[in-house]
Amino acid sequence: MALLQISEPGLSTAPHQHRLAVGIDLGTTNSLVATVRNGISVVLNDENGRAMLPSVVRYATEVVVGEVAQAAQSDDPVNTIVSVKRFMGRSLTDVGDTSRLPYRFVDTGSMLQLRTVAGVKSPVEVSAEILKVLRLRAEESLGGELVGAVITVPAYFDDAQRQATKDAAKLAGINVLRLLNEPTAAAIAYGLDNASEGVYAVYDLGGGTFDISILRLSRGVFEVLSANGDSALGGDDFDQRIHCWLLEKNQLSVLSPQNTRLLLTLARSAKEQLTEHVEARITAVLSSGEIIDNVLSRADFQEMSTNLIQRTLQLMRRALRDAKLGVDEVKGVVMVGGATRMPQVQHAVGEFFGQTPLTNLDPDKVVALGAAIQANLLAGNQSRDDWLLLDVIPLSLGLETMGGLVEKIIPRNSTIPTARAQEFTTYKDGQTAMSLHVLQGERELVSDCRSLAKFELRGIPPMVAGAARIRVTFQVDADGLLNVAAREMASGVEAAIVVKPSYGLSDAEITRMLQDSTQHAQDDMQARAHREQQTEANQLLDAVQNALDQDGSLLSEVQHAEIESRMSALKETLVLTDHLTIKRAVTALNDATVSFAQARMDKSVKRVLSGMNISDLEIK
Amino acid sequence: MQSFDFSQDYFNLFGLSRCYRLDSTGLEVQFRALQAQVHPDKSAHLSDALQRIAMQRSTQVNEAYQTLKSPIRRARYLLSLQGVDTQEETNTVMPVDFLMAQMDLREAVEAALRAQDISALDKQAAQLKADTRKLEAELAEQIDTLQNYQAAAGLVRKLRFMEKLAEEIASAYDELDN
Repeated sequence: MALLQISEPGLSTAPHQHRLAVGIDLGTTNSLVATVRNGISVVLNDENGRAMLPSVVRYATEVVVGEVAQAAQSDDPVNTIVSVKRFMGRSLTDVGDTSRLPYRFVDTGSMLQLRTVAGVKSPVEVSAEILKVLRLRAEESLGGELVGAVITVPAYFDDAQRQATKDAAKLAGINVLRLLNEPTAAAIAYGLDNASEGVYAVYDLGGGTFDISILRLSRGVFEVLSANGDSALGGDDFDQRIHCWLLEKNQLSVLSPQNTRLLLTLARSAKEQLTEHVEARITAVLSSGEIIDNVLSRADFQEMSTNLIQRTLQLMRRALRDAKLGVDEVKGVVMVGGATRMPQVQHAVGEFFGQTPLTNLDPDKVVALGAAIQANLLAGNQSRDDWLLLDVIPLSLGLETMGGLVEKIIPRNSTIPTARAQEFTTYKDGQTAMSLHVLQGERELVSDCRSLAKFELRGIPPMVAGAARIRVTFQVDADGLLNVAAREMASGVEAAIVVKPSYGLSDAEITRMLQDSTQHAQDDMQARAHREQQTEANQLLDAVQNALDQDGSLLSEVQHAEIESRMSALKETLVLTDHLTIKRAVTALNDATVSFAQARMDKSVKRVLSGMNISDLEIK
Repeated sequence: MQSFDFSQDYFNLFGLSRCYRLDSTGLEVQFRALQAQVHPDKSAHLSDALQRIAMQRSTQVNEAYQTLKSPIRRARYLLSLQGVDTQEETNTVMPVDFLMAQMDLREAVEAALRAQDISALDKQAAQLKADTRKLEAELAEQIDTLQNYQAAAGLVRKLRFMEKLAEEIASAYDELDN
């Protein structure tokens, strides 16, 4: 934390050290971590030189993540969680048919949970295990603690799924600099490499999610025009098609979890073989002794996956319509995600756009590479005035109104951050409370949209029906997360919520999980917190001094003296060992500099305006 | 302490003169220049309080930009600056010929949907686009040249009709896709 830095373009913000920041691609199948080193974005490998960490968590006597967990999935499918991303922010009903999944689900009414040998686990906790491994990998590799991370999410993730991802990061001890949409991250990596200009489509078919984003790139500005997708469509579904084909071929019905996992693993490897070869042989011995031996041809595989690919093209047409663009206006198509290696996918996309898709960056790594570039900028290592990322919210947000209908407040593809207020009124005489139901989705009926939260505004003074004016404000931040506030205008009665109750975890739950995971490491935590506070304090002191040198004239003498005195107070706490005392002094200095920072921001805005040479400009 | 007033009118914010006919390139250039200063990405490494300020500022710039960029929202906004309410919810009196034409278009869209005829839908979409452009040209005339704001409010009400029809055409395309 530091005082807002405003410097001339190209100048670094403050004379402090490089802040360690990473980009994390938390994928359905594999996860990666990348960072910018000497100006170049690189993926960080594990000690065995492997970049990809399989997103697999096994709960046994201890928690195992990655390759080792993956190796155990056929033996211990119940406790080995794969593709947990599909469960983030989802209820059991959302997941639908679970008969082919080998887990013991716990139906909580909100986000589902999984019963393992180590107890009941939320998808947030499972994801946090993956993130912890990546955080440790990064800290070991970079030789220090992270300032923060950019975590990528599918562009089509809704509020519940985004919030769940952010919670998982928090649980893993990661400061989230930003949730970044995966296709946007890929575009950053491509845009920088190719110095591209014009409209680009990003086709991102991952292990469990599909995204399509249409972006306009021009001189360092990445502007997302529209996003569409399906957060439950990915490479896994192609595996499922092969799995079903195997069941049919061998006339199998209900399989044990072990056999199901075995066949799914084989299906996946057959899919991968068909990228290079025209046929794949699948052999297995089931636990019943039954022998499987089938040959799948590429042509048959293409046939059985046609519907899946057609679905992606349909969403692509929608994204183009939303962006008000024709196929011929798209200059390039970027392929992202391991599933785009399938020849039938590349062929279909190429045919749709009438051009060969771009595949020169590794589709498995491009998202992490782009996220690292953004993380480096967000951490304040580089100040670039010409760099701007304008993303959108993928799904409309609204409120339930009379008759089970949804009134849209913020339409999809609105550039974020965004806010919109709408006024409602009471429908009964003397009504003193109003319940608000927040929804996300495109359909008209409440039952067809995702319920994000329900809350009540109480204490409205009794009035005749229609006299109260209740103003509901939706604010979507740069992470794509929603906050809702309601206020009765006459009386000033207020209610506000961070949208999480329906599907997310409460703050209390997160605190409990954090305590559970850290109770053995209390001392470490203390030492770490102290170091972090010291670093933060030093950075803040540097930044404030810098700001005073440049723009001290914006302050009155009293304000100047106040800031100076809080600076000395902070310096005095640095020799102490109690991190909370330092933190209080940091907060005090931060508070004293808020209006100063605001004035500096406005000064730079004015500079922009005066640079425009517009004569009739009025600046108050 | 000097401060920049973000609540001033949107045209001032973008350094544009207050008229309906718009320098759209200028608007875009200025939008990007402003966001480059206030976007939350620029202060992600700073204190929570500053990140909140940045979010509010960036939200305001986005809102102002979207308002000026959209022809109907721009007209509505200009009229509100003149103290004229467009009465889109309350005033439903429309010229009969306009209503008839609208009904014809709407029926044609429904027919195209029933017949699953994409090219017929394309034709209606193109027709609607042309009609909308024509209305927008009239709107520019009424606001910028004649300063007849009541007449302009009537045109905004017509444009709202056409906007709804455009939404119907969009969902017809979606339905044909399924």
